[in-house]
Amino acid sequence: MFNTFKTKTEVAGSEVHRFGTKSKALDFIVEFMKKEGIADAPGFYAVWADCSFLKGVDAKALANKIPGLKFEVTRQLAKDCRIGITQMDWGIAETGTLVQDATAVEQRLASALSWIHIALVATDKILADMPSVMTKIHPNQCGYIAMISSPSKTADIERVLAIGVHGPERLVIICVDELGGMN
Amino acid sequence: MKKEFDKSITRALKNENLAGILDRWNYPAMRAKAYEEIDFEELRTKIADIKGRAAGHLDELAEKFKKAAEARGAKVFRANSPAAVKDYIASLCRGKGIKKIVKSKSMASEEIHLNKHLAKLGIQSDETDLGEWIVQLAHQTPSHMVMPALHLTKEEISELFSQETGKRESSDIQKLVKVARREIREKFFEADMGMSGANIAIAETGTLVICTNEGNARLVSTLPKTHVVIVGLEKLVENYTDAAPILAALPRSATSQLITSYVSFITGVTPNDDGSMKDLHIILMDNKRTEMAGDPKFKEALQCIRCASCLNVCPVYRLVGGHVFGHIYTGGIGTILTAWFNELNKTEDIQGLCIGCGKCKEICPGKIDIPDLVLEIRRRLATENGLPFIQKSALSIINNRRLFHTMLRAASIAQKPFVKEGMIRHLPMFMSELAEHRSLPAIAAVPFRDLFKKIKQPKGRVRAAFFASCAIDFIFPQIGEAVIKVLNKAGIEIVFPEGQSCCGIPHWGSGAFDLAADAAARNIKTLLEDDVQYVVTACASCATALKKEYTHILKEEKRDSLIPDAEKLAAKTFLFSELVQKLIEEKRLIPKADLKSGTITYHDSCHAKRHCGVYKEPRAALASCGYELKEMFECDNCCGMGGSFTVKQPELSMCMLKRKVENIKNTGAECAGVECPGCLIQIGGGLDKMGSKIKVKHIAELLVDKFR
Ligand code: SF4
Ligand code: SF4
Repeated sequence: MFNTFKTKTEVAGSEVHRFGTKSKALDFIVEFMKKEGIADAPGFYAVWADCSFLKGVDAKALANKIPGLKFEVTRQLAKDCRIGITQMDWGIAETGTLVQDATAVEQRLASALSWIHIALVATDKILADMPSVMTKIHPNQCGYIAMISSPSKTADIERVLAIGVHGPERLVIICVDELGGMN
Repeated sequence: MKKEFDKSITRALKNENLAGILDRWNYPAMRAKAYEEIDFEELRTKIADIKGRAAGHLDELAEKFKKAAEARGAKVFRANSPAAVKDYIASLCRGKGIKKIVKSKSMASEEIHLNKHLAKLGIQSDETDLGEWIVQLAHQTPSHMVMPALHLTKEEISELFSQETGKRESSDIQKLVKVARREIREKFFEADMGMSGANIAIAETGTLVICTNEGNARLVSTLPKTHVVIVGLEKLVENYTDAAPILAALPRSATSQLITSYVSFITGVTPNDDGSMKDLHIILMDNKRTEMAGDPKFKEALQCIRCASCLNVCPVYRLVGGHVFGHIYTGGIGTILTAWFNELNKTEDIQGLCIGCGKCKEICPGKIDIPDLVLEIRRRLATENGLPFIQKSALSIINNRRLFHTMLRAASIAQKPFVKEGMIRHLPMFMSELAEHRSLPAIAAVPFRDLFKKIKQPKGRVRAAFFASCAIDFIFPQIGEAVIKVLNKAGIEIVFPEGQSCCGIPHWGSGAFDLAADAAARNIKTLLEDDVQYVVTACASCATALKKEYTHILKEEKRDSLIPDAEKLAAKTFLFSELVQKLIEEKRLIPKADLKSGTITYHDSCHAKRHCGVYKEPRAALASCGYELKEMFECDNCCGMGGSFTVKQPELSMCMLKRKVENIKNTGAECAGVECPGCLIQIGGGLDKMGSKIKVKHIAELLVDKFR
């Protein structure tokens, strides 16, 4: 499942990384933020929307380590951020799609306004296709189901592909086995 | 009116930008790739079923949707007319003091010219979809349902952007996109209202499904505190899971993607970033959709998922683009929607743009028979307004073949001085357009029906009736002779029923179904009179009439008593190549040994390929007879003849012909084969006019003398 998922997302222009443990994934994210020059200034923030990945993570220490990393996602911070981090609930292998209950507005602010969207997902939450995911997530429980399959793109000018129109220019997907077993 | 329309076509044909963009995109190949892992027929049957069922229960589903969405805190307004939609939005804006709106794409709002109306009220509404924004800045309407600004070049767009920003913007596409991002980003934050359409509305849950690639709908639905969604009733489906097949087809068909970058399912109100709840208004717009659902024919058009793939493959759309259609919805499906959302008479001109080639029908994920519905528009216009006198009399005359030949012959004798090597190179004045880009064949001195009596045939064990098309009867009698020679080799004796007349396809294609039914009745009677085993025709259009359309036309004209005979006739009718290949397979026809017949490229006529499903047979038969096949690009694209199309839309017809001739030349084949006299006239004339050495021949001529 993971391999199909990876192939499809990469074809669509996303980057995929897979880690066995949460701490390995966290190391990668910290390193990534440093490389991207995250700092405590407009344009350089990273916003991290609340998610189960953060359970057991010392957010305060992390924020101290990386000035500019914010765990409170406001309209203004999201507008001025470089990176937005959210955790997605499901994956769809067939189309390389991530699916999230995005009823909480912070989830949407972080993933829609950032230049780089880092999307976390438990490897074993990647299912075969859309009908399978539809049995897991239902509008009766979620006001806003968000499906994300690539960076923001357009071909509206002369059919030429351009990345990063209104949303992120990069979608970095991080699959974590430990979040939900092996797949 | 008609003059203006013709001018708009001429203008569009001069704009090569559009055709170039569609060519570079190479949509058919990309689409096929996107569908690689999918059973398209199965998928579209599912969609047609879901949407068809919904169309049968629009009112019920709308009520169900309303209840479900309201239970989740949305306000749902059912609007019958464009005016009701506009009033609702105007009063909402007034009540809330709304001055700025950001919009993501909504064809429904384009349909009712909402932006113009809002501007009059002093409300600024900015499109945020890149293509829509460009079209808005250009004060134009979208030329394509999915890619609204397809007709503009990057240079033109940079000009528009420069005017907007007051700076000189580059014409680099990547940079232009960033200019749009910067300019529009602020608008999202400033707007008091977001407005969008929806791709699907799920009745069961009151959910709106919105697809975008740019991500603008996410911002439109998230940043402003009020969100208004305008949805046409045809977007309704019953259940949550009904969305899956539509979401599988829409992006694949629209942009050859597996899925759009973003798909949002919005159900009821969600929190804003200040902790308040979204003020969500959903307008379910009817605007004639219920009326359409009540029409037994046009109900089918509600199965449309607005993917626009029918535009991408349409040979006419590819040449003229969207604006000549004059209204918001473009192409064949646009003609149908305009006939309803505006009015039937508004399509008087544009319905003539469909040549009926069937390309769109093959790939429509909603399984809509677009050419058939355009034809239905033509029929209703003909019934309502009557056919022009000249057309009506012409159609009556061709129902009497002998009279038709006499008249044609008289006309062609008048053209004697212009005939050279069997081709008319120039025509006198008023008809000159006909011969401007392709030479026309001369009318034979002796029609096939008279020639036939002199042909000596060996007695055969089996008898077949030959249905000569008008063109073979009057212009290409030698094709008829070739047919007889080949079939005689299989021990088949040919009879020629004298009572046959025009097959009726021209009448049908003009919307004169009554005359077409007369033709059907006459031909069915004649062809069944003699108890032959096969009825064979060497014209793909006649084959379409005999094999497929007679039952359909008779049903339409309520002449049901003739249908059993029509079915009997259909069952024994063969297109020449189809019968030949069958006979080869049954070893009743045996090609001579070691044939080396040279290289050939084969043009599939629309009627043979898409109506009769015959395209493998001619290739197999040619290969058995020693021809080396060199396939041309777009081998099954229409040559532009289309019966009277070439007369009514000469410019378009010639552009299509040029493309066909180029594709033929590019194969380097010595010869081109066809199985439709219409294509033969068109392509033969085009090649001749261009002074090409390549000869186009009917497959009967190619196969004659090849069998033992
Ligand atoms: S008619 Fe068919 S192909 Fe055309 S837009 Fe509608 S669904 Fe797509
Ligand atoms: S039948 Fe051919 S000409 Fe008519 S709308 Fe479809 S693709 Fe275009």
